[in-house]
Amino acid sequence: MSDAQGPEPKGGDLVRRHRLSTRLWHWINAVAVLVMLMSGLMIFNAHPRLYWGHYGADPDHAWLQIGRMDGIAFPGWMTLPSHYSLADARLWHLAFAWVLGGGLVFYLVWSLLNRHLWRDLRVTRAEWCPAHIWRDMKAHAALRFPTGAAALRYNVLQKLAYGAVLFVLLPLMVLTGLAMAPGIDAAWPLLVDLLGGRQSARSIHFIVAFALVAFFLVHIAMVVLAGPLNELRAMITGWYRLPQERE
Amino acid sequence: MNEEGRFTRRGVLAAGTGGLLVSACDRLNDSPAVRGLLEKADALHMPAQRLIAPQGALAREFTESQMSPVFRANGNTAPDDPAYRRHAGSGFAQWALRVDGLVRHPLALPLAALRAMPQRSQITRHDCVEGWSAIGKWQGPQLGAVLALAGLLPGARYAVFHCADRFGTAPYYESIDLIDAFHPQTILAWRMNDRPLPIAHGAPLRLRAEKQLGYKQAKFVMRIELTSTLAGLYGGKGGYWEDRSGYQWYAGI
Repeated sequence: MSDAQGPEPKGGDLVRRHRLSTRLWHWINAVAVLVMLMSGLMIFNAHPRLYWGHYGADPDHAWLQIGRMDGIAFPGWMTLPSHYSLADARLWHLAFAWVLGGGLVFYLVWSLLNRHLWRDLRVTRAEWCPAHIWRDMKAHAALRFPTGAAALRYNVLQKLAYGAVLFVLLPLMVLTGLAMAPGIDAAWPLLVDLLGGRQSARSIHFIVAFALVAFFLVHIAMVVLAGPLNELRAMITGWYRLPQERE
Repeated sequence: MNEEGRFTRRGVLAAGTGGLLVSACDRLNDSPAVRGLLEKADALHMPAQRLIAPQGALAREFTESQMSPVFRANGNTAPDDPAYRRHAGSGFAQWALRVDGLVRHPLALPLAALRAMPQRSQITRHDCVEGWSAIGKWQGPQLGAVLALAGLLPGARYAVFHCADRFGTAPYYESIDLIDAFHPQTILAWRMNDRPLPIAHGAPLRLRAEKQLGYKQAKFVMRIELTSTLAGLYGGKGGYWEDRSGYQWYAGI
């Protein structure tokens, strides 16, 4: 949201940062992802093994097993509910799947129409330049974040991270989730085949879930480092105070 | 205050916050209002799936080379009901499937009659609600053909499968609606992987409703009852796991 009119804003200015649609989706999605993760870990507890291909059960080769088959892979403080209940976890997971999937579709369509994707998230040709990306990585590693008007725009690492979440990770979560449903498999057999079978879809579902956890941890770290109150205010009210230019 | 004291207090605070989140989640999980909302959202999956899937859409069928080397037997694997044990002892030669309820002609179909009907053979993937899958070959008459033989009365809406196995004192049962009952891949399998259905997999007869999860695939089917409603049957939710644990009645997801 950087189509500034008039004089270029400078460090210390309070500016409009995030649109209402972005703020709404961000928080709805945050709740949905948390519920999906916690209930998903409980569902995994019911069968803590992962396979590749169309089939996979106890007698077959698993590429991952967490804990013992009669144990609990993820402890109660991570799961929803905290006591073992596959049925309750599915109750949450399959209800919030609507929130996650529906929210994503609405947000992507809306952001395409209001040009948010094109203006704010598109990686420009100059930004694709390896030297530019390398410079951004060094600046991030040194915790030197953009200041002044430059802080109004996403830098290339942000664009790549948000782009990966919006266009790769979240869609993959939805598609691999759908591919595990026997009713969907009958309707869209091609989807299951593209993912390599139901058990492959389940494995990808699990891997991408942890890629989202990794994104979340980096995301929170960056918010804390960049000034958590200012960042939180921007994502709640939309108003953001531009960081002061370095002397 | 020393460092150690601060860390301890911070630790207590972190644990306290985590504990609050866990107990808040569990309180929401136990709230009838919240569960009611979640159940309403879950109930949308059946109409949504039926909207996107053409009526005759078939579950994926596989080739023999794609079958699981070992098909895991799940749930009850050896019913201890005395009548069932007697039938099992004589190879189910005296046994007959009962079809009754809202039908014109109640039936008692011995295995020989079921074998003599037109057969459907299908290699399909069995998906357990827990997450694992196994691919096996099933053969038997279509449920639709059996129901046509009995003739449905106008009020019939559900086919209820009464089984010989029990969990504790609760008998296993399952139910599907007539859309799934007349689906071409919905069969009463008496044969599995080119051999008579083993007891561990539900001999003499097992339902295969291929577009739903494993707990719908009732084993040891003794009787099929046609009803207008699921209320009043056992726990009223249409199946053993639905009654006991609250699994969704529609298990297409």
